[in-house]
Amino acid sequence: MTAHSERGAGPVRRSGPSVLLTLPALVFFATFAIVPLGAAVWLSFTEWSGLGDPTWVGLDNWRALLTTHDTGHALWLTVQLMVLTWAVQTPVSILLGVFLAGRQRYREILAVVYFVPLLLSSAAIAIAFRNLLDPNFGLFAGPGLAWLNQNWLGDPDRVFVTVAFIIAWQFIPFHTLLYQGGARQVPQSLYEAAAIDGAGRVRQFLAITLPQLRYTIVTSSTLMLVGALTYFDLIYILTQGGPGNATRILPLDMYLTGFTGNQMGLASAIAVVLVVLGMVLSLTISTASGFSRMESQLDGE
Amino acid sequence: MTTTAPTRTAPVKMIRSQPARAPHGARPNVAGGILSGLWFVIVAIPLYWIVITSVRTQQGFFGDHPLVPPSNPTLDNYRLVLENDFWRYLLNSAVVTVSAVLIIVVVGYLCAYTIVRAPGPRTRRVFNVLLLGLAIPLQATIIPIYLMIVKAGLYDNLLAIILPSVTFALPITVLILVNFLRDIPGPLFEAMRIDGASEWQTMLRLAVPLSRPAIVTVAIYDGLNVWNGFLFPLILTQSPETRVLPLALTSYQGMFTINVPAVIAAVVLSSLPILALYVFGRRQLLAGMTAGFGK
Repeated sequence: MTAHSERGAGPVRRSGPSVLLTLPALVFFATFAIVPLGAAVWLSFTEWSGLGDPTWVGLDNWRALLTTHDTGHALWLTVQLMVLTWAVQTPVSILLGVFLAGRQRYREILAVVYFVPLLLSSAAIAIAFRNLLDPNFGLFAGPGLAWLNQNWLGDPDRVFVTVAFIIAWQFIPFHTLLYQGGARQVPQSLYEAAAIDGAGRVRQFLAITLPQLRYTIVTSSTLMLVGALTYFDLIYILTQGGPGNATRILPLDMYLTGFTGNQMGLASAIAVVLVVLGMVLSLTISTASGFSRMESQLDGE
Repeated sequence: MTTTAPTRTAPVKMIRSQPARAPHGARPNVAGGILSGLWFVIVAIPLYWIVITSVRTQQGFFGDHPLVPPSNPTLDNYRLVLENDFWRYLLNSAVVTVSAVLIIVVVGYLCAYTIVRAPGPRTRRVFNVLLLGLAIPLQATIIPIYLMIVKAGLYDNLLAIILPSVTFALPITVLILVNFLRDIPGPLFEAMRIDGASEWQTMLRLAVPLSRPAIVTVAIYDGLNVWNGFLFPLILTQSPETRVLPLALTSYQGMFTINVPAVIAAVVLSSLPILALYVFGRRQLLAGMTAGFGK
């Protein structure tokens, strides 16, 4: 009681926890994220096979990156994959997400199946599709499916689209889930008002659903575009970047150059390029979407 | 009693009846139906193929139509996988995932709690630094991390997977927890302090129980990422003693080669723990997956 009245006399002391409690997180982050970033820059000026110690070679790796090494090809493939997977996944995910936002029983049953690929690891998906697409014994090897039975992963002209398809198979469920959540937050009254005005389903979709989903579209697109810089597991297991260099996108190029080609210095230079690309992309998208957020606030939302 | 009962149930009924309606008019959504049917086929056929292939005999795999279920299904493929160190790989994956998630939740929670409860320039700087981590692609750091792990003598040790995995999960974890903790009303904390509770007691007795949903969410999200992680195990471990499941799948492929049913059985077995979670806690799991991206 006495302690109570003593404290009650003055304002309650708002000490809060010590800043030191953030230290464990900062130590982890500094050790395995900040230091490696700096080290990647440093390693890009060295030659190192992965064994022994790195030796300083100045700008050699960066010169090689711009001349002898086929960086342009890897970069171009990365951009193509980024654009292709975005263009395939976005419309399908939006439509499926909006469709699954309905609470009908059969749609909930469909959703249970749709989301299964989310649970599988990239390794599991890659191993399964590698065997499933085998031209001799795979899914399409049976009679009656000959027109689908192509060398999907072995033909340099087809492999890129095949990889994009498998990426879509893996990630569309995730983005569908995002859009389903977004679509369920659209106020029902908007649709009722539109229905009274005589707007049909397509018109409702274009005039209400899509604009209402714009933040979800920004989030989902950011994850897809920046994520395209990190596709590794799937392609590594499916094709190892091949056949030839047909699927050797930047992260794979970095891994193969470093850990298979034993040129860790050159691979570090590629890593630095990856970081810069990732940062620029994130910043560009968040700035652009920041503008759209400001505009919408002007609209009075 | 008789007067209070209807007033208590009425709002619940209203909330439940509203979303049950179809969002668009009464006409059937033909385009949506066709697309969803098509996507169902695209998703379901590979899954169906995986299941029936995993119970085929090897002769059946080479002879039968790939889409017709085997007439003499067998579990031998599963037995073969289980006899080939599957349990060890499963244990490795479990050890890595459980330890990583425990560290992430404890370290991340302490950090998020401090950021919210001790606002100031220093904690704001901590938060901003961590948020920067959201834009760093994990792939770009693997060469220096490999160098550091080798120099630290941790190569081919499960710790080598755990430590970097924790790091790359921290930014999103702290972000989600901070957003959640900020919504806990300040007067609740002040009441605890007035009652003489220490900062630790306030955190453990008030904040932690209240933020259980957010903790479960980050645990699911981070747990799945670590469980399915491939790159860190690939570059930081080597021997079968430290092999985790995703990596084991590639070694099964190399080991069984043309015994495809056995390879596919390994794919199924490696996915079973998560599929079991899906069966028992689908909503919770799906909510965890879109952690932090939902809004």
